Amino acid sequence: MLELQDICFTRDNKKILNHIDLRLENNQFIVITGPNGSGKSTLAKVIMGIEKQDSGQVILDGQYISNKSIDERANLGMSFAFQQPVKFKGITVYDLLRISAKKKMNRKEACDILAKVGLCAKEYLDREVNDSLSGGELKRIEIATVALRKAKLTIFDEPEAGIDLWSFQNLIKVFEDMRKEISGTTIIISHQERILNIADKIILMKDGKIKKIGSKEELLPEVLGKKNKPKCCKIGGDMLE
Amino acid sequence: MSNLEQVDEKLLSEVSDSLENTFKGAYNIRKNGKGIERKITENINIVTKKDVSGIDIYIQENTNWEFVHIPVIITQSGLKDVVYNDFYVGKNAKVIIIAGCGIHNACNTDAEHNGIHRFFLEEGAYVKYYEKHYGEGEGTGKRILNPVTEVHLKEGATMEMDSIQIKGVDSTQRTTKAVLEANTNFVVTEKIMTHGEQFAKTNFEVELNGENASTHVTSRSVATQQSVQEFQSNVIGNTKCFGHVECDAILKDNGRVIAIPKIIANSVEANLIHEAAIGKIAGEQLIKLMTLGLTEKEAEEQVINGFLK
Repeated sequence: MLELQDICFTRDNKKILNHIDLRLENNQFIVITGPNGSGKSTLAKVIMGIEKQDSGQVILDGQYISNKSIDERANLGMSFAFQQPVKFKGITVYDLLRISAKKKMNRKEACDILAKVGLCAKEYLDREVNDSLSGGELKRIEIATVALRKAKLTIFDEPEAGIDLWSFQNLIKVFEDMRKEISGTTIIISHQERILNIADKIILMKDGKIKKIGSKEELLPEVLGKKNKPKCCKIGGDMLE
Repeated sequence: MSNLEQVDEKLLSEVSDSLENTFKGAYNIRKNGKGIERKITENINIVTKKDVSGIDIYIQENTNWEFVHIPVIITQSGLKDVVYNDFYVGKNAKVIIIAGCGIHNACNTDAEHNGIHRFFLEEGAYVKYYEKHYGEGEGTGKRILNPVTEVHLKEGATMEMDSIQIKGVDSTQRTTKAVLEANTNFVVTEKIMTHGEQFAKTNFEVELNGENASTHVTSRSVATQQSVQEFQSNVIGNTKCFGHVECDAILKDNGRVIAIPKIIANSVEANLIHEAAIGKIAGEQLIKLMTLGLTEKEAEEQVINGFLK
């Protein structure tokens, strides 16, 4: 359903994506992992159209979409959760859910969606999506806005970044539930073992290239093992070298 | 409301948000410099001033959340209307006051309305005051609105003031002054959007004179095209008090915003904060909304509508 052909992306003389070829099938839960600077987030943004590749093609369901804008891709069935959720002055959680749903949504429906990401809906619906919410709260709202679109391709860029341990444990539960319910293909950029553990397929990136693709049984030992142990990963933060 | 023509009804609904212009509670409608309709209630009396043009509104003590509507409509080009409205709010009275001015200027001479509103709140009174300004009309004459609001809060009184000017006013100079006694609270939210060559200047002056007096002034503005806005605030803390001024502005096209904050602490116990942020719409906000399927233009409208909501 998603195909990347020879994607290259260079900035400041650094090859961030170096001839990426990839083909993903429908209804899979895929985790892209790898060290910092390996090009994971850039790849996710290129797929969504947030960054434009220098060369190569993005193909969705046989359609070439490299020249399509972000909203056109969204309307073709793609969805994207940001590593750092975006804040808005004056736009409430309820507003954002309604925009995302693209249809009329009553408060009960909105509450049900928030409940799925572990938020007590009554307290949150009318709050503005601004600095008054914690990193964990913003992250869950971000996930709710993305998950409710029921897109055929949903991309999560490092959902564990910027949240505390307590929120992280709850977040894993959200993903485990979503793993059972969600239809379509999900791509998660992550370093976290517990997220890697629920993947159908793991893609390991290094230096702007796809180093390996395989099942978690095949790749987890390498990703987590001594040889290529991803060192230590602090919750909500970057890989520690 | 039989004295109203179609254009009047549109202006009224723009500035009052009332359904079919049926006002709840007491009201006084002013058109082209003259009162045309009035209703008083058991607790709210409205009296025409004798010395100058305008009205005195008396709200009895212990009134429990009643409405007062005082809309003004101007359809006569070339008119310069000045009105003095004074509100006397009795002890522990709670009231919602809805004011607003709509100008329809179809000709080539300026139409101007200067509303001077003074509020005198007795001990424990609570006022929610909504004010909306709107302009329309195909004429080249300017639509000018210069409101002045003066607020006097006695001990324990609270006033919340929301003012909004979104469309069609070519020039405005808004002045808001408040004097606060002990245990009072004055909350102001002002939202302005300017287009074309419009100019809007707003000036807040709040004196915190009594212990535990507090004020929150929030200004959100959007300056588009060639328009210019100027925001000035001056919060003076003379005792143990709290003041917070927040000025946020979004710029579009060649819009310009000037923010001049001033906080003066005359007491070691005064706690005063000023925050100001001016800039264009953050690119990441547009991108986020586009990932939800909105076009760039729709995303921009959504950000601005939310900001001014």
